[in-house]
Amino acid sequence: MTFQLPDVLALSILVSLTFYVLLGGADFGGGVWDLLASGPRKREQRSLVADAIGPVWEANHVWLILVVVLLFTCFPPAFAGLGIVLHIPLTLMLIGIVLRGTAFTFRTYDSKRDDVQRRWGGIFAIASLVTPVLLGVCIGAIASGRVGEAIESAAAGGFAPGTFRATYVTPWLTPFAFAVGALALALFAFLAAVYLTLETDDAALREDFRRRALGAAAAVFVSAVAALALAFVEAPGMGTALVRSWWSIPLHVVTGAAAVSAIVALWTRRYAIARIAAAGQATLILWGWGAAQYPLIVPPEMTIHRAAAPERTLSLVLGALVIGALVLFPSLWYLFAVFKRRETAFVPIDGKSRR
Amino acid sequence: MPDLLAARSQMAMSLGFHIIFAIIGIGMPALMVMAERRWIRTGDEVSRELAKRWAKGTAIMFAVGAVSGTVLSFELGLLWPSFMEWAGPLIGMPFSLEGFAFFTEAIFLGIYLYGWDRISPRAHLGAGVMVLASGMASGIFVVIANAWMNSPTGFDLVDGRPVNIDPIAAMMNPAAFSQTLHMTLAAFVATGMAVAGIHALLLLRQPGNLFHRRALSIALTVGVPAALLQPVSGDISAKYVARWQPAKLAAMEGQFRTERRAPLRIGGIPDVEARETRWSIDIPGGLSFLAFGSLDAEVRGLEAFPEDEWPPVAIVHYAFQLMVALGLYMAAVGAWTIGKWVRRRDLAADRWFLRAVVVATPMGFIATEAGWVVTEVGRQPWIIYGIVRTADAVTPMPGLVYPFAIFTLLYVLLAIVVVLLLYRQIVRSPRIHADAGTAPDSWLTTDQGRGG
Ligand code: HDD
Ligand code: HEM
Ligand code: HEM
Repeated sequence: MTFQLPDVLALSILVSLTFYVLLGGADFGGGVWDLLASGPRKREQRSLVADAIGPVWEANHVWLILVVVLLFTCFPPAFAGLGIVLHIPLTLMLIGIVLRGTAFTFRTYDSKRDDVQRRWGGIFAIASLVTPVLLGVCIGAIASGRVGEAIESAAAGGFAPGTFRATYVTPWLTPFAFAVGALALALFAFLAAVYLTLETDDAALREDFRRRALGAAAAVFVSAVAALALAFVEAPGMGTALVRSWWSIPLHVVTGAAAVSAIVALWTRRYAIARIAAAGQATLILWGWGAAQYPLIVPPEMTIHRAAAPERTLSLVLGALVIGALVLFPSLWYLFAVFKRRETAFVPIDGKSRR
Repeated sequence: MPDLLAARSQMAMSLGFHIIFAIIGIGMPALMVMAERRWIRTGDEVSRELAKRWAKGTAIMFAVGAVSGTVLSFELGLLWPSFMEWAGPLIGMPFSLEGFAFFTEAIFLGIYLYGWDRISPRAHLGAGVMVLASGMASGIFVVIANAWMNSPTGFDLVDGRPVNIDPIAAMMNPAAFSQTLHMTLAAFVATGMAVAGIHALLLLRQPGNLFHRRALSIALTVGVPAALLQPVSGDISAKYVARWQPAKLAAMEGQFRTERRAPLRIGGIPDVEARETRWSIDIPGGLSFLAFGSLDAEVRGLEAFPEDEWPPVAIVHYAFQLMVALGLYMAAVGAWTIGKWVRRRDLAADRWFLRAVVVATPMGFIATEAGWVVTEVGRQPWIIYGIVRTADAVTPMPGLVYPFAIFTLLYVLLAIVVVLLLYRQIVRSPRIHADAGTAPDSWLTTDQGRGG
């Protein structure tokens, strides 16, 4: 089978999701570090997180909306099926998204009194912890094939009453889905800690986040291994594809190399390299999932081609994506240039403020 | 609560909540841009301070708008999966374009809110203009999608499924022009009048405060032209409805019988059992004229349609009356303002005028909610007018009352917090008098000494 229009659009969804993980995911990770702020620089850690997220989180968040919109425009049956079977975790995730965004903003604009700040900070931090887990659970549930099975069996037999648990709960309430949830959380926290090392000129603060990044890297490793192991039990299709395909060896080698480079770079305080390696690692994990699932959009049966909208819609959307990208990327570049322009090369541990 | 009712209520509640923030997201950038432009051109520090303070309030609104909009995007699938399966390929186009409008909006908003000291004043103003333009674009695109639900085009119906799909033709549907025009104006009416009303109230308390005088005049500059145009645009909408959704028009007007020289009813209580609207003030031939341009035109009444295709008549009728009444009041305030501008009178000197503006504070928002009730409830029982019934589109998931209850609670809490935070912003507005000069350090802030 050749790579056709529907595949291109499926790929564009994966690309959007990747941007969401790399940018929006790190904003959630920042919330995790707000929750875990500790030590003598607790306050500084929190305010670094807030300053880093403030100007960009709304823009980073739009990637998720793009994923949703592309999914319902280009692959409507997949969107409809996911909306039905994943109703509960998606609803919980939405509540998390609402609380994270609003609490963060309220904290910025409410009174600076300590108790007020702590109240909003607490909601912000807990929502940042829970939401990534739920996102990962949804992805894990899709990858495991159970969501697809529930959609197919329901489509065959109707959503009979009495099958509530089988349709709406068991597809995602699985150890594998939660392992993916844990992986998402660890990955977001890892990305955030790595990025934050580049957001400050305060050497001590940078060390705080360097240590956190190394800790999170360990958590990513553990949860990734757990997810892979559970995949063999619960998502055999995914598990086998991940180890038996022609691309599995290169994929694992490159992902592993990215992970190791990120750790080495952190260890040796080459933060700019660490950032690239960490982003690469996250991207490869996502793309590995995509590759293992291809050509299915919702395993085990719904293929990208079967779920695709008519050709005319797809080609128009593709055109819109191209034009949109021409507007989007220069604007994004401007945003990050205004707020994130710093010396990003090797930063010595006693680096003085350069601003 | 039956699941269908819960789903409809959750959708209505989420949209009714989001629209408030969406409107502010369109209207406030216009006000901030005007204030900032004034500062750049005249060096008037009061205007800059105004732009900055408005930006603070707007930041809160934008965050709530963004998250409640995200909830909506998911809810389309969570509540109406088969509708999206049907309509996704057709109306996905405006939604995709809207996605990019969101991007530019969020990006330049970040720059606008956090970039006061990082970029040049002109670049900053430019960012504000981008926020305004992309906010308007987002609103227009999403309303086009809604207009398609009212007048679905761009496909052929074969065995109840759409074939020969043409998303461009779907975007060019008959309701698109009237709805997007009316909605965009509504955003400026509602925001302009509300901001004017708040500052008018503060002027009544602190006459002569330059800060509020400037705010009042900028807000009215945005609100008044839109308020005057809104009845005209509403008439365009009504003519569209008369032609394409006759059952909705009949419900709006409480028109049960098909007749020529149909009257325009002011007020009145529709009685569905008896099939008549009582105690209304009738203007003979008024409806025929407004809807079709001729006193003798025939208006189809509800009786021309099977009863299971009637929308809830009373709700639609009351909502329509309410919107028009509020619209006429605001247009009258607009005319008064123009009269004062033409005669170069000081707006703030006339306390009766200020009071009239204060009364208008919530009206644009109420009119908007009422207008959407007309549009959406008036479309019932259809989710896609004339083609798919709402009852057939709802998710099979049982127990929908729980998410409805949870989101309602969440939104009520958010609304309370937002109101408290805005109140905090407003009571801290500075007192600036003409004799105090325009240097910020000579301004008094009401909360001085209270600490941050
Ligand atoms: C500030 C808000 C506001 C004001 C003052 C008015 N409206 Fe309105 N109206 C809206 C805000 C709105 C709205 C919320 O924006 C709606 C809902 C859907 C839409 O396109 O606009 C609407 C819908 C709407 C519709 C239904 C359109 C449809 O279903 O497609 C009609 C016929 C009118 N309006 C007519 C009027 C008239 C005759 C007004 C006379 C003063 C008026 N509106 C004032
Ligand atoms: C008439 C109805 C609507 C209008 C005029 C409107 C307009 C807007 C505007 C102007 C914004 C940006 C301002 C802000 O964030 O406060 C916004 C945000 C948003 N809206 Fe709506 N909207 C409407 C209905 C909807 C619907 C039905 C959906 C989804 C299906 C939706 C999805 C969103 C999303 C996802 C955002 C967040 C974008 C971001 O993150 O910046 N909106 N809307
Ligand atoms: C933001 C302003 C809007 C408000 C206040 C609003 C209000 C409502 C209300 C009151 C209902 C329930 C109607 C009933 O069941 O009796 C409803 C339903 C619905 N609306 Fe809107 N609406 C708005 C804009 C939109 C837009 C822009 C879209 C889509 C693009 C949309 C899509 C829907 C859908 C899918 C339903 C459920 C199906 C139905 O009841 O027909 N709405 N809305």
